[in-house]
Amino acid sequence: MSAAFVKRIEVQGLRLAYDSKEVLHGISFDVYQNEILAVIGPAQSGKSSMLRCLNRTIDFTANARMTGTVRVDGEDVRRTRDVYALRRKIGMVAPLPVGLPLTIYDNVAFAPRSAGLVKKIDLDAIVERCLRQAALWDEVKDRLLNLGTALSGGQQQRLTIARALSHQPEILCLDEFSIAIDPVTTMRIEDVLKELRREITIVLVTNLTQQARRLSDRTMFLWDGEVVEIDKSDVIFSDAPKSRRTRDYVSGVFG
Amino acid sequence: MALAPAPPTGRFARTAHGVRKERAEAVAHLVFAAMAAAMVLPLLLIVGYLFWLAWPSLGPEFILDIPRRGMTEGGIWPAFVGTLYLVGISLLVSTPIGVLAAVYLNEYARANWFNRVVNLAVINLAGVPSIVHALFGLGAFVYAARFGYSILSAALTLAIMTLPVIIASTREALASVPMPFREACWNVGATRWQTIWAVVLPNSVSGILTGVILQVSRAAGETAPIMFTGAVFYKAVVRGDLFPYSLNDQCMALSMHLYTLATQVPNVKESLPYATAVVLLGSVLLVNAAAIALRVFLRGRKRW
Repeated sequence: MSAAFVKRIEVQGLRLAYDSKEVLHGISFDVYQNEILAVIGPAQSGKSSMLRCLNRTIDFTANARMTGTVRVDGEDVRRTRDVYALRRKIGMVAPLPVGLPLTIYDNVAFAPRSAGLVKKIDLDAIVERCLRQAALWDEVKDRLLNLGTALSGGQQQRLTIARALSHQPEILCLDEFSIAIDPVTTMRIEDVLKELRREITIVLVTNLTQQARRLSDRTMFLWDGEVVEIDKSDVIFSDAPKSRRTRDYVSGVFG
Repeated sequence: MALAPAPPTGRFARTAHGVRKERAEAVAHLVFAAMAAAMVLPLLLIVGYLFWLAWPSLGPEFILDIPRRGMTEGGIWPAFVGTLYLVGISLLVSTPIGVLAAVYLNEYARANWFNRVVNLAVINLAGVPSIVHALFGLGAFVYAARFGYSILSAALTLAIMTLPVIIASTREALASVPMPFREACWNVGATRWQTIWAVVLPNSVSGILTGVILQVSRAAGETAPIMFTGAVFYKAVVRGDLFPYSLNDQCMALSMHLYTLATQVPNVKESLPYATAVVLLGSVLLVNAAAIALRVFLRGRKRW
């Protein structure tokens, strides 16, 4: 882990409710520069909702109400003047692979184009770099003009990651990226993530406690909308995390 | 009923319950198929009957010629062109408004009172009888806007009539584009409009166009709205002239012409109203066929 604990994301007292049902009950945590923070917890514990608060795509859910503060690089996301720049700073990878119904090239070039980049030579460079980073380039370099939706599930998931990298995010959030792909592809992407950690900060939401253990520097255990424990992964996955619930969960007693 | 243990025959033996089930299945299948067939039968009868009676008058001459001898003989050119004008202009007006309104309602609108009111208005407007639209058109376009009895008034009335249906069908087409596509775009910092333009519209255009084209048949068939606002009994035009009308002229129209021939003109050649009906029906079916062809073509390019 980097020696200087620079805070990239600061979450304080974050509460989120859909209509009258509160799903996050005031959670607080920080994400440091160049770390991989794993977020584990059972379904319905609020992991995905939490991610959507970070880049404010929660705004698109009409009945959601968010209170508390989320700061990205010190800036309150709800006061930011340019929400689109905020979203470009944070790369998001959804649980199910979403190849946009565009060509492979356009899938990756979409974000830079949305940000105003039009020169083909720049776009070509970004497309190649991102597809290489996502370990997909060799498989698709000869058919960049084929449809992204025609790729296999594992390829589409890597395409999704390439797209998330295409706007040069400084923070990458992955939401259970491996539930739709096979273990071999998962390992390849995990290698990609280890590689990426040198440059960017990663928040990894996962159902697989072993994956969290393999990859992360720190782990946060989210349970029913509350942070049970957040600590170094060595501690969380040791015999003696602070909370008994954490130990039971990671050792498979429940959940 | 307690289940008896299966006899150890080693086969799948027929039980009384199984036989009853098969019989019910066969009856259901038959009934459903009969209903589907019953739906086709009247259509074939109507079309066959119309063609049979219209036969003596049918031909290109019938479409190109103007009515002659006090409308008891001749063709339908002024009515045919009039209908083209009315339908064309009304859709030119209602399509952009309807599609853009639907994009707003489906992609931008939040659940607040204003949008609820708009929604209610659209639904209720779709249910208003055409004769009421006719009265509205008379008051709004003919008198209040001082367009007079004219093609403009009649076409605008038809536009108001088709608008809510176009909005509804467009919304449905937009809603059929999966939500995750939009979320993927928003996640990389695209605006709503960039998302709509790059992903939503290209993948819903077939549905949108189909909805619009189906309104052609409705606009062409309605009589009441144009009778009140701009369609006339008879209008002298040159045979085969493609541009016989200007916007503030009154015009003839197929639906109205059919009504006139069938009820208002004495001693009409017997096949004349039937031939008019065949042309009206034929044009509508042609447009619908084009809509289906377009849909098949665009769906072939669909990308997921």
